[in-house]
Amino acid sequence: MEKWSLMTITVLLGLIVRWTVSFGSYSGAGKPPMYGDYEAQRHWQEVTYNLPIKQWYFNTSDNNLQYWGLDYPPLTAYHSLLCAYVAKLINPDWIALHTSRGYESQPHKLFMRATVLIADLLVYIPAVILYCCYLKETSTKKKIASALCILLYPGLILIDYGHFHLGFALWGVLFLSYNWDLLGSLAFCLAVNYKQMELYHSLPFFCYLLGKCCQKGLTGKGLVLLIKIAFTVVASFAICWLPFCTEVEQILQVLRRLFPIDRGLFEDKVANIWCSLSVLIKIKNVMSPQTQLKLSFAFTFLTLLPACIKLTLQPSLRRFKFALVSCALSFFLFSFQVHEKSILLVSIPVCLMINEIPLMCTWFLLVSTFSMLPALILDGLLLDYVVTTLAFLTVCATSFSIFEKTSEEDLQLKSLSLSIRAYIPSFKAFPKIIKSLFIVSVTLMGILTSMSATLNPPQKLPDLFPVSVSVVSCLHFLFFLMYFNAIVLWDSRNGRNQKKIN
Amino acid sequence: MGGNCSAPFGTGEASFGVRQCHSTDFEVHRNWLAITHNLPVSQWYYEATSEWTLDYPPFFAWFEYALSHVAKYFDQEMLVIQNLNYSSQATVFFQRLSVIFTDILFVYAAHECCKYVNGKRPGKELLEKPMFVLAVLLLWNFGLLIVDHIHFQYNGFLFGLMLLSVARLFQKRHLEGALLFAVLLHFKHIYIYVAPAYCVYLLRSYCFTANRADGSLKWSSFSFLRITSLGLIVCLVSALSLGPFAVLGQLPQVISRLFPFKRGLCHAYWAPNFWALYNAVDKTLAVVGIKYKFLDPEKIPKASMTGGLVQEFQHTVLPSVTPLATLICTFISILPSVFCLWFKPQGPRGFLQCLILCALSSFMFGWHVHEKAILLAILPLSLLSVESPKRAGIYLILTTTGHFALFPLLFTPPEITTKILLMLLFTVYSFSSLRALFRKEGPLLNWLETIYLIELVPLEIFCEIVFPLTPWNLKFPFIPLLLTSVYCALGITYAWLKLYVSVLTESVTVRQKAE
Repeated sequence: MEKWSLMTITVLLGLIVRWTVSFGSYSGAGKPPMYGDYEAQRHWQEVTYNLPIKQWYFNTSDNNLQYWGLDYPPLTAYHSLLCAYVAKLINPDWIALHTSRGYESQPHKLFMRATVLIADLLVYIPAVILYCCYLKETSTKKKIASALCILLYPGLILIDYGHFHLGFALWGVLFLSYNWDLLGSLAFCLAVNYKQMELYHSLPFFCYLLGKCCQKGLTGKGLVLLIKIAFTVVASFAICWLPFCTEVEQILQVLRRLFPIDRGLFEDKVANIWCSLSVLIKIKNVMSPQTQLKLSFAFTFLTLLPACIKLTLQPSLRRFKFALVSCALSFFLFSFQVHEKSILLVSIPVCLMINEIPLMCTWFLLVSTFSMLPALILDGLLLDYVVTTLAFLTVCATSFSIFEKTSEEDLQLKSLSLSIRAYIPSFKAFPKIIKSLFIVSVTLMGILTSMSATLNPPQKLPDLFPVSVSVVSCLHFLFFLMYFNAIVLWDSRNGRNQKKIN
Repeated sequence: MGGNCSAPFGTGEASFGVRQCHSTDFEVHRNWLAITHNLPVSQWYYEATSEWTLDYPPFFAWFEYALSHVAKYFDQEMLVIQNLNYSSQATVFFQRLSVIFTDILFVYAAHECCKYVNGKRPGKELLEKPMFVLAVLLLWNFGLLIVDHIHFQYNGFLFGLMLLSVARLFQKRHLEGALLFAVLLHFKHIYIYVAPAYCVYLLRSYCFTANRADGSLKWSSFSFLRITSLGLIVCLVSALSLGPFAVLGQLPQVISRLFPFKRGLCHAYWAPNFWALYNAVDKTLAVVGIKYKFLDPEKIPKASMTGGLVQEFQHTVLPSVTPLATLICTFISILPSVFCLWFKPQGPRGFLQCLILCALSSFMFGWHVHEKAILLAILPLSLLSVESPKRAGIYLILTTTGHFALFPLLFTPPEITTKILLMLLFTVYSFSSLRALFRKEGPLLNWLETIYLIELVPLEIFCEIVFPLTPWNLKFPFIPLLLTSVYCALGITYAWLKLYVSVLTESVTVRQKAE
């Protein structure tokens, strides 16, 4: 069958799954007074449409920051404004100042879902399709399979806000893979200006581009490139922040909203080191907020530095993609005030590598969706979670035959195991270990899912299930952190000498 | 094997149906669960608290009875007859789950049918194997998905029974095939449309055990044993099904419930068959007649045929159509195919062709046909479409128009997007897979057919988007339905005629070759 028809079918499947899931319950449905993220999105449309720009990030009588105040960078605000204009055409009640709080109706839900679907269709899906179409050294079948798996990734489907930031980041990676560095930087800056969590990806972008400039020679072409990139970055930030550049106070207030340092090390249950450690030691009580901040910074940078240094010294696209994963994962595990949905920032780069290491990527993507289980249950999305996860697992298992391809070569661990064999000559156990770990892990996740869904937690430990989900996911993520770092650090190939991986 | 891969997807997609809003069919089946659970058998066909009375044969009633015993673990309240329009989350979940569960039979039947696909060349890739294509065309059939899982019916497992009986006939297990069909008939009597094909085929190719050298009938090879066994099977099944009601003397009541001829020639939305064209011509002539003063406006009944009410009414210009007239028309239209099957049997494949033609002809001329009945022809035709390019072309036309004709069933805003996406998915897949399968045979459709199918897109845009925004929407709200129905009727009639001609000419060539 022709490639274009298979791609169309893949896109249609992705759209159908997204649309059908989106008709489920949404976060905060029917739960006054605060409702949930859905209400937050609606509220931002209300605020951006009705209030002047100067007031968007400030606590005024019209704009109560405690009730879902804007805490994303300006591009999100502009996007909400655009949606608000459309909403105004259809039904002004949806965004009327003050009176539209907690507005819930079927047409409004349709409108919100439609904006999300259109956003995905315009930015995220084309990026995925183009990325898969232009994968080097892969057969058509693998390209289609990659596109299908990426589009069926449950995490992104179940958390459906317009994933503009992920889309733009993906465009950034796409442009960089064509050596269009300026466009890539521009796309990434737009992504950062959309959601500040994209800063998790900023170090790999920076190190890769810096490394490229160094390779070209810091005195000649490299310097020119560096200046051009710097100019692009500054220009894009300036344009996005233009309305706020009039006063320093504006900029500071926005920054305060974006980086709420006083909110503490973590909130709720996150599959994060700090949250998991707090099961044993109550970190929040032991240390002061300043120490917590410094500790988290220290650990984050400690864990991501090796990969970044290697990337700067030997930049290659492959290493760049792996570094995206490991840096984002370090940030997720050790950083301050991490939201459980930030795991998506790690999942998307992992999706990009699904045709190279299918087993590990599938495994990671399953765990990442599993880590969001408590939030999904709260939002009434359990059935969708089960169905999409099973569908995803089936698609990945059949398209990439993950259970057959578990040699060291396939797991990209050849270099590491060669080094280990220098000390322990008979070490050949990687494939078996990983395969058995995978099966144990999936079984465990299945058991925990069914327990969370069906059983009631004991009286003394009301948070038993969310905490166990978080701790289990955290352990998995630590394992993956080591794995991805191992690949980057022991990877001795540069871009040109890649063998055929099929 | 390929078929088994696509089965989970169908199920997965179907389970999303749990999410969608429900139609009146949902209440119909809830009511039947309640009736069969609470009342004794003697009351099943008399109960009329709800307007959705039991109008399927007894086996289906027993099926609902069995389901009701599982239902009580989900939500007891749905089994109370008085709870009209009761639809708690648990109820919806249970109902949807039951459809998904019974679809297992459909998956099994599709699997069995895939074994008998006559693929001419083994495709190198899984995606190009006829078996895989057939499996997807059956399991992801757009019509079945939206009728069963978004609307709400149990067609999946009923079609499973039919396809399984066809598969058994292919496997030369005639008695099983006959048994399955007899059972199916007592589940949903609409399958009587294809009963002639079964009767003639079983009589001709099973009861007469051998043919003469030139292929014609050998009267001496008639086997009394076989016909007796067939007769026994049919009688046994009927006795099981209708027996209790015959004993209670309720047969007339059951029959009247099963065949409600009080309903009009056409449904509120005209099924795209011959009568839709007939009605359209009648209306046009009436309008033209009034305009040019051929007709007296006083004498024309005010009731509009597409007013949305199901009632009996008269045609204005052309002669009115009675149930008997439709029966005669149907009978005449299936005669050629039946004769073909009798005089020139081509084995199970010939039987399948005759079955499809019977289903299509009954759809074209039947009384009060529902547009869902087109699935009766589409699903078996899928089996033939992967075998020859000619059949593939006809299949594409029939499927696309038949599925498009199902669009008016889903009209709420969320469903509109779903149905368009699903339709696009199925259409893109069917076109590209069949084209890939028959790549060497040239284009499957000629330019006229292609243009006709492409025109469906502007029609859809006009009906769903443009028309509701115009002022005519209030005055003539039925125009989109009328347009859809008539346009699809053209396509379906064309496909029917084309299939008929190709089947008849094929049998003539076979006969000439034999001579």
